[in-house]
Amino acid sequence: MQQNEMRLEFDSRSCNESFARVTVAAFMTQLNPTLEEVADVKTAISEAVTNAIIHAYGRAGQSGAEKIEILCRIRGEVLEVEVGDSGCGIADVKRAMEPLFTTKAECDRAGMGFAFMEAFMDTLRVESALGRGTRVYMTKQIRREMPRFEKNESPAAVHEALQSFLAEPE
Amino acid sequence: MDHMFAIMGTRMCVHLPAEIDHHVSKRLCEEMDCLVQKKHIRCILFDFGQTTFMDSSGIGMLIGRYKTMRFMAGTVLAVNVSERMNRILEMAGIGKIMDIYEGMPAKMDAWTQS
Repeated sequence: MQQNEMRLEFDSRSCNESFARVTVAAFMTQLNPTLEEVADVKTAISEAVTNAIIHAYGRAGQSGAEKIEILCRIRGEVLEVEVGDSGCGIADVKRAMEPLFTTKAECDRAGMGFAFMEAFMDTLRVESALGRGTRVYMTKQIRREMPRFEKNESPAAVHEALQSFLAEPE
Repeated sequence: MDHMFAIMGTRMCVHLPAEIDHHVSKRLCEEMDCLVQKKHIRCILFDFGQTTFMDSSGIGMLIGRYKTMRFMAGTVLAVNVSERMNRILEMAGIGKIMDIYEGMPAKMDAWTQS
């Protein structure tokens, strides 16, 4: 089973949002993902990192030098990503994850962060403690199972199975 | 960022950048709001032609501008929207508050060139 891991730590500054998502995208290329899958992961990373910058460390008096950590693991065909901060924490995680819920409507926030993470990744789990920080766990399966064939499978059936295997997933 | 805005009368076309995240949208919103006030803009046309990446910050930006325009009885449109961008816009329900076009409607072509 393919295994690999990387850890990234950077300042909580908005200029690092593109750095973070591009780094994770580069790391996941070894799984040979489709462009769609890369775009999905980039969007989810961007949401998680933006949340940490705006909400975890967003209060007045924060210097921007607080740290955000990203831990990426490849286990077989699954990409696991953790995005962690040591910011203010979330009082009600369930409520925070509701689509359109936001505490910063005045800053043009849509309240779609967690909804996008959920939509673009396979699994999403959020752990948070007030005053201690938040950690978001996400996974995405990248490689699809190779089709298996019977010994006497007709060439047409093999061809069809391979075509659908190679086709872009929905 | 001046080249991103084309203004004709009370209409403004915003040529959005390749990537729209929180970092970019913050600045973009400030500039747009400033122009909307100064030039009495009543219609904003967002051109997604160059855009390949957008997260929920972009959605927030669109909703914010939509609210401003609606308050002044104006309109907002999105044009040259790729399949991926359309998926994100539809997921956030943007299709319900503004017209989204895959290409550029012919009648609008003229006023997007500055």
